[in-house]
Amino acid sequence: MNNQVCILDYGSGNVTSVKNALDRLEIPNIVSNDPLAIERATHLILPGVGAFSSSMDKIEALLPIEKIRNQILKGKPFLGICVGMQVLAEYGHEFQLRKGLNIISSTNVTELPKSVSLPHVGWNSIKILQNHGIVRGLKDEADFYFVHSYHVSDIDQNFVVATCDYGVEFPGIIAKDNIIGVQFHPEKSQSNGDLILRNYAGLH
Amino acid sequence: MKKKRVIPILLHKEGWLVQSKNFNEYKKLGNAQMAVQRLSDWDSDELIYLDISVNPMFTTNRSDTAAPEYLNLMELLNRVSKVARMPVTIGGGISSLQDIENRLRAGADKVSINRAAFKDPILVQKAAREFGSQCIVVSVDYLEVDGLRFPYASGESGLFDSSVCLTDWLLKFQEVGAGEILLNSATRDGNKCGYDIEYLDEISSLLTIPIIASGGAGSWEHMAEVLSKTAVDAVAAANIFHFQDQSVYLARKHLFSKGLPVRPPSIG
Repeated sequence: MNNQVCILDYGSGNVTSVKNALDRLEIPNIVSNDPLAIERATHLILPGVGAFSSSMDKIEALLPIEKIRNQILKGKPFLGICVGMQVLAEYGHEFQLRKGLNIISSTNVTELPKSVSLPHVGWNSIKILQNHGIVRGLKDEADFYFVHSYHVSDIDQNFVVATCDYGVEFPGIIAKDNIIGVQFHPEKSQSNGDLILRNYAGLH
Repeated sequence: MKKKRVIPILLHKEGWLVQSKNFNEYKKLGNAQMAVQRLSDWDSDELIYLDISVNPMFTTNRSDTAAPEYLNLMELLNRVSKVARMPVTIGGGISSLQDIENRLRAGADKVSINRAAFKDPILVQKAAREFGSQCIVVSVDYLEVDGLRFPYASGESGLFDSSVCLTDWLLKFQEVGAGEILLNSATRDGNKCGYDIEYLDEISSLLTIPIIASGGAGSWEHMAEVLSKTAVDAVAAANIFHFQDQSVYLARKHLFSKGLPVRPPSIG
């Protein structure tokens, strides 16, 4: 069967940007929350931009979470972008304490330190800590576009593929089996972002 | 390492990319979508797209340009977002949460709110709650008069209440949840005299959110000056990026060679 990426749509602002990027790279994709489409897809992407708790509210209201969980358990590649990565955590602490999808347990989403100007917006480099298909061909210290004030913390270091430094060293890319998360926006990161999306579409 | 951003601003008026001088003279420069394609090809860090149309329906009334025609801002934005490989901020005519949602849906990554933020700062707060601070830019134009600075609204309405000082407004916007401030000196707009270093230095050390400096760029060296003398997070300009091939590349090349923390120059 041919590859097809299913982009999940819970009203997050950047669905269009993610779709445009995949279209430009000629990676077959659809935007859908239909359980059948999710099952047929070879890869899932959960985009994201915005606050943890309001994103979780919309995810719970609009996405077939059990279906997605079940597909992830069966080994289907899953990519969470920005807040789409953060909601994999057990708890978020933005505005209020909010339970996440808890796909990677014992993790939290906490604020970047007040010593730097927030939000962290713009281009920053990542430090690659381990070999993984998602970073294949990428140079260390490659720049990516970030827009966020919160980050994943308390995560098992074995799951951290790359870090980024902004007042604190935080996970830039995480990977646990078939589950990938990126704090930056590959869909807005030009050639480095294109490489990440291509690598992702090539994962099985 | 976190980089400082170099951001082209595109002014759009009824289907045309335009050049502005002092907010009252507009010169047509060309097709507003093709300009985005160019800036994307030159690996621009980001784009700010400000719509200053008076008429909501656009047409350039030209069929000889081989350039696509579009009818309204959403249609234009849709097309722009397909060619933009970098984040796009859209501003102009935003006065409600629905306006913001429409623009994000059409492919904008951030929105910039100008007049509505002065009229109703609570809109900024609501928008930050709904969409996240990171996609809410408050765009502020100001006039410099005898060393004093006043918020300024283009068009008929002119000056805002000048009894409230600019700095207090900016602190207010930060407090209600703006993610960034696009700070533009209307006095320097189109005059190529350099950025307002004195005020940008003061305000960038006072506020904790990122400041995007705008107004007055006449050379790449003006950008180097503002990045080395102030704590602004980004430097923006309009006119200077539209008259030279590979302008964005050349700007970053200049700044990079001076040891300033920008992304290495590249062509996409």
